[in-house]
Amino acid sequence: MNKVVTMEEALSRIRSGQSVMVGGFMTVGTPEGIVDALVDSDIRDLTLISNDTGFADRGVGKLVSCNKVRKVVASHIGTNRETGNKMNAGEIEVELIPQGTLAEQIRCAGAGLGGFLTPTGVGTIVEENKQIMEFEGKKYILEHPIGADVALLKAHKADTSGNLVYRRAARNFNPLMAMAAGLVIVEAEEIVEAGELDPDEVMTPCIFVDLVVRKEAGCESA
Amino acid sequence: MNPRERIARRVARIFEDNDVVNLGIGLPTSVANYVPDDVHIVLQSENGFIRVGPVPEPGQEDPDIVDAGGNPVSILPGGCCFDSATSFAIIRGGHLAATVLGALEVDQEGNLANWMIPGKMVPGMGGAMDLVAGARKVIIAMEHVTKNGDPKILIKCRLPLTATCEVDLIVTELGFMEVTDQGIVLKELAPGVTVEEIQSKTEAVLIIPEQIGVMNS
Repeated sequence: MNKVVTMEEALSRIRSGQSVMVGGFMTVGTPEGIVDALVDSDIRDLTLISNDTGFADRGVGKLVSCNKVRKVVASHIGTNRETGNKMNAGEIEVELIPQGTLAEQIRCAGAGLGGFLTPTGVGTIVEENKQIMEFEGKKYILEHPIGADVALLKAHKADTSGNLVYRRAARNFNPLMAMAAGLVIVEAEEIVEAGELDPDEVMTPCIFVDLVVRKEAGCESA
Repeated sequence: MNPRERIARRVARIFEDNDVVNLGIGLPTSVANYVPDDVHIVLQSENGFIRVGPVPEPGQEDPDIVDAGGNPVSILPGGCCFDSATSFAIIRGGHLAATVLGALEVDQEGNLANWMIPGKMVPGMGGAMDLVAGARKVIIAMEHVTKNGDPKILIKCRLPLTATCEVDLIVTELGFMEVTDQGIVLKELAPGVTVEEIQSKTEAVLIIPEQIGVMNS
């Protein structure tokens, strides 16, 4: 099955008010083309789940700057002052989660697990309103999975059936989010025919991917 | 020698050959410049690779290879990349020999506060809470007092905590300290610094052993 579609077709599948996971770490591995298309669309009131909120004018941060987001779930918002300003002004809600916990919550959602026990955050405000469990004399916080309606990912290479290869540190949250959302849209720098990727080289199996769009020239990050 | 370089040079001599180490942003990053030639450490970057290498020459940067602060770096031969879940499995799973981080406050129980100041813009904890909870050795590298001259090594942290009872070593421009069950032991003093001076700039009461080493750089 050929999963390659135009940006317009891909965007027509996203609705206002949905929860949207976006891959990337400070713009590296963020699908800038899809983000730009969302900025230009009528879609709004999104819950954004992402490691960070990029910068005000780069990466996923553009969605915050142009008021597409009502809630942010992230580990770090410090590089985008718009996120902090809008949070302080009461315009958006921000939930901060330790990075490793966020990654594992997303992995759990995709793996069909109901939660996991982590030592991260024990004795800090992160444990507030959460169940603490003791195992072999050590305290852990019970954390639950985080899934989303949509995942927007960036791949270095995709084949037409949706198998993905990432490049260097652009991998980060992308393979985890690929498993954790109802609709998975990938922006690929290069698209090849099914069969051209070595099966051993594939990092995200095609069964997790719904749609692939081509990264257009001219929307390079940074 | 400036205080920050003195701190970084001392931290760099803590590691053992083949240690897997994560360095925080800022002063901790500079520690990599001073690791002795006969010690080879493997640097981890929590955004997803090991064997972090030097900053590339201008024009040679790869946009897909940045450190956890978003700065261009390189990957040394033998390095490899992985996703964020694997990266934090390395961190939480006890596979890191050490992490080096800065601090706003640290106290005599080994509690650490380094991620938020109530009333100020909160950037988020990023990977700091995982690093401190998971690394086998937590090393705090920081200037001894605040810009206002207030102590940062306290009896009890007042700011919101990053983790409890996890700090092992504290290195400042004045001395090298170890956090033990009994309290903070002064192991070494920087040249020219007296016990009286370091204690006067420390709220916690330091445990003074009979022998105090010299904190060479």
